[in-house]
Amino acid sequence: MKTELSPTATAAPLAIDALVKRFAQVTAVDGVSLAVRSGECLGLLGPNGAGKSTLIRSIVGRVVPDSGRVMVFGHPSDSTSARLALGWVPQELAVYPRLSCRENLAAFGRYHGSGGQQLAKAVDWCLEWAALKDRAGELAKNLSGGMKRRLNMAAGILHSPKLVLMDEPTVGVDPQSRNRIFEMIEALKAEGTAIIYTTHYMEEAERLCDRIAIIDHGRIIAEGTAEELVRNAFASRSQVVAHFDGDPDRIAQWVEGHNGRMVDATAQFTIERSTEIAGLLDDAAKSGLALVDVSLRRPNLESVFLHLTGRELRE
Amino acid sequence: MIWNIARTALIALRRDRAALALSFVLPVVFFSIFAAVFGGQRDTTPKVSLIVVDQDQSRASQELLRALKRESSLVVSTRPESKKGTMPDYTAATAEAAVKAGDAPVALIIPKGFGQNPIGFGPDNGGSSIELLNDESDTIAPQIVVGLLQKAAMTAMPAEMAEQGMKYTDKYIGGLTPDQRKTMADNLASLRKIENDRTLNGSSNGDSNGAGIIAVKTRAVVGQDKQNPTLSFEAAAIGVMFLLFTASGSAGALLDEAESGTLDRVLSSRVTMTTLLAGKLTFNTLLAFAQLVVMFLWAWAAFKVDLFGHIPGFVVMGLCTAFAVAAFGMMLASICHTRAQLGAVSTLLILVMSAVGGSMFPRFLMPEAMQKAGLFTINAWAIDGFTKVFWRDLPVWQLWQQVSVLLATGVVLFVVARRIGRRWESA
Repeated sequence: MKTELSPTATAAPLAIDALVKRFAQVTAVDGVSLAVRSGECLGLLGPNGAGKSTLIRSIVGRVVPDSGRVMVFGHPSDSTSARLALGWVPQELAVYPRLSCRENLAAFGRYHGSGGQQLAKAVDWCLEWAALKDRAGELAKNLSGGMKRRLNMAAGILHSPKLVLMDEPTVGVDPQSRNRIFEMIEALKAEGTAIIYTTHYMEEAERLCDRIAIIDHGRIIAEGTAEELVRNAFASRSQVVAHFDGDPDRIAQWVEGHNGRMVDATAQFTIERSTEIAGLLDDAAKSGLALVDVSLRRPNLESVFLHLTGRELRE
Repeated sequence: MIWNIARTALIALRRDRAALALSFVLPVVFFSIFAAVFGGQRDTTPKVSLIVVDQDQSRASQELLRALKRESSLVVSTRPESKKGTMPDYTAATAEAAVKAGDAPVALIIPKGFGQNPIGFGPDNGGSSIELLNDESDTIAPQIVVGLLQKAAMTAMPAEMAEQGMKYTDKYIGGLTPDQRKTMADNLASLRKIENDRTLNGSSNGDSNGAGIIAVKTRAVVGQDKQNPTLSFEAAAIGVMFLLFTASGSAGALLDEAESGTLDRVLSSRVTMTTLLAGKLTFNTLLAFAQLVVMFLWAWAAFKVDLFGHIPGFVVMGLCTAFAVAAFGMMLASICHTRAQLGAVSTLLILVMSAVGGSMFPRFLMPEAMQKAGLFTINAWAIDGFTKVFWRDLPVWQLWQQVSVLLATGVVLFVVARRIGRRWESA
C-alpha cells in the first residue's frame, strides 16, 4: 500500500505543544506535549478517564482545544493536508451496520477523496490486511465482535495515512482476534506508518509500542521506552509477590507495616536485593501469616503506574 | 408487588417527556382539531365563497343578489378582488374560469329574462334557470348555495312570489275579474313598498322553508370528466403525510450515526458538516420523490388517476414537495438528541400538520381560522399544488405560488438544520 500524500519531509508526523482541553470544571487534557517519529508506535497508557480519548480526538480535530497546538506533518490538525495524512480508528465501532465490509471501506475511501481503480485496490488491500477477504460481502452487523473491530481498523487506514491514531482497538475482543489485530498493527509499523496507540492493557503497550507515555488526570506523567520507564521508577529494584491465607485485614495491616501494597489480594514489596526475601518471609511466619506462594519478578509498566500514581491501571 | 411494578413504570413515564406528550397532549390536540372542524360552532362555521353574475340586472335579480349577500355563511363577490383598483364585474366566462382556477367553488349565473318570471312551482316552472357552476372536488358548497338560494327567494322576493301566485291562480282556476286583478295589483304595490323599506333598512326577516321555487341548472366546470373525483386529492393528501413520516425516519439515520461514532469518523475525513447534511438532504429528497412516483403509479394503475397526462406538473410538484419534506425531516433530526425523541416529536408534529394542513379531511370543511393556520403547513401547499395539477388541469406556470413556498420552506428548514447541526461538528 503506497500513500499518495507528500507530507513535509522534515516535519514530524505529530507534534503536540501544551495542549489543554476543559469540559466545564473538568480538565481532560492538561498541558500535554508530545512528538511522534515516522515508523514509531507511541503507546498512550492510562486508566479509564485519564484523557487518552480526548487527546486523540483533539489530534483528529473532533475536539477543539482550549489552548495549545497540534501539527501533523507540519500542518495544523484541522487542515485538509492533516486530515489526509491522518487515519483514525475510534474506540466505537464506527461503521455502517447495513453495508457490507467492501461497501463500508469503499464509502470511507470516497469520503477521503479516493475513487476508481485506486479505491478498488485500496479496498482489496485493506480486506487482505484485516483478514476479511472471505467476508467482503458480509454485512457489518452480521460480523463477529473481532471482525467488526478489524473492519473498524481497516476503515481508518484505507486512505493510506502516514499517521494512524488507534483508540483502544482491542476493547471487547477475544485473545485470538487480539493477536490478529496485533499482527495488523505490526504490518503497518513495518511499512513505516507512525502510530499512536491508546490502551489500558500494559501487555499490549509492552508488545506493540516503541515508546510509552503514561497519562493520568490529563497529564503525561512519564515517557520513554518500557525499559526506561521501569528503570527510572525502580532502578535495579525487584518486586516480591506473595499470597497469604487468613484474615484479609490482618494481612493488609502486616503488608502496610512492611512498606508493601495489596494488589488484587496479593502482597507486593519492592526490594533492593534478593536476600531481603528471607527476612520478609521469616517475619510473616513470626506474625502467624500462612504463606501460600511467593515469587520474585522485575517490575513492569503496571508497577510503574502504581508507583507513580498510587492507583492501578485498570481502576 | 403489582403496585411496585406499576410505580416503576410510572417513574419511567414521568422521565420520558416525549412519551408523556404523545400520551396526553396529542389526544387533546387532535380532539380539539376534530371538534373545531365537525363541532359546528356557529362563529367558526366555514363560509362558502360564491361568485354571482347578474346578467339580468332586473329588480328581482338585484333583490336576490342582495339577499344572498345578507347570508352570513356566504361570501358573495360580483367582481374579482384586486389591490390595483376596481376590476370589471364577472362575466359568465370569467366566473367559469375563476371556478376552474379554484378562486371559488361555486358561481351563479342569473340569466337575462330571469326577472320576468323568477319563480316557478312544480313541473311547469317556466322561468329562466339560474346556472350554477361548481367544482366537483367540493361536494358541500353547491348544496349550501342551492339551499340558501331558495331561502333567499322566499324571503327576498315576496312580491314576485305573490305576483307569480296570482298568475297561476289566473291560469289554473279560471281567470280573475278586473276588480280582483286591480285589488291584487294594489296589494302587490304595498308589498313592494314594504320590500323597498326593508332593503333601505338592510334588515332581513322570515325564515321560510321550502326549496325548488327558483330553477337551478347545475353544471360542473371542474372534475366533470374525472373518473374518480376524490382520488387525486387523496393520493396527494395521504402521500404528503407519509412522506413526512418517511423523511423524518430517514433523517434519523443521522442520530444513529452520531450515536455509533460513524458521524465523527465521517467528519474527520474530507467531508464537512454542510456537505454531509446536503448529501443526506439529496438522498431524502430523492427517496420522497420515489415514494410519490410509486404512489401515483399505483393510483394510475389501480384507480385510473391520469398520471401520464400530467407529468410536467407532477414532476415539479413532486420534487418541490419532496425537497420540503426532506428538509423538514433534517430539521427535526437536528433538534432531537435520540431516535426515541425524534419518533415522538415527529409523530406529534406530523399528525397535527396533517390534520390542519388537509391530509385528513379537506380544508374547505374547516373553520376559517384553521384554514389560515393550515397555510403554515407543508401539507396544505403540497395538496393545493397537486390539486391544481390533477384536478384543475392548470399549466405548470400556475404552480409558482406553491413551488415558491415549498422551496423557500425547504431552504429555511435546511439552514436551521445546518445551524443546529453545529453541535455535532466538534466539542
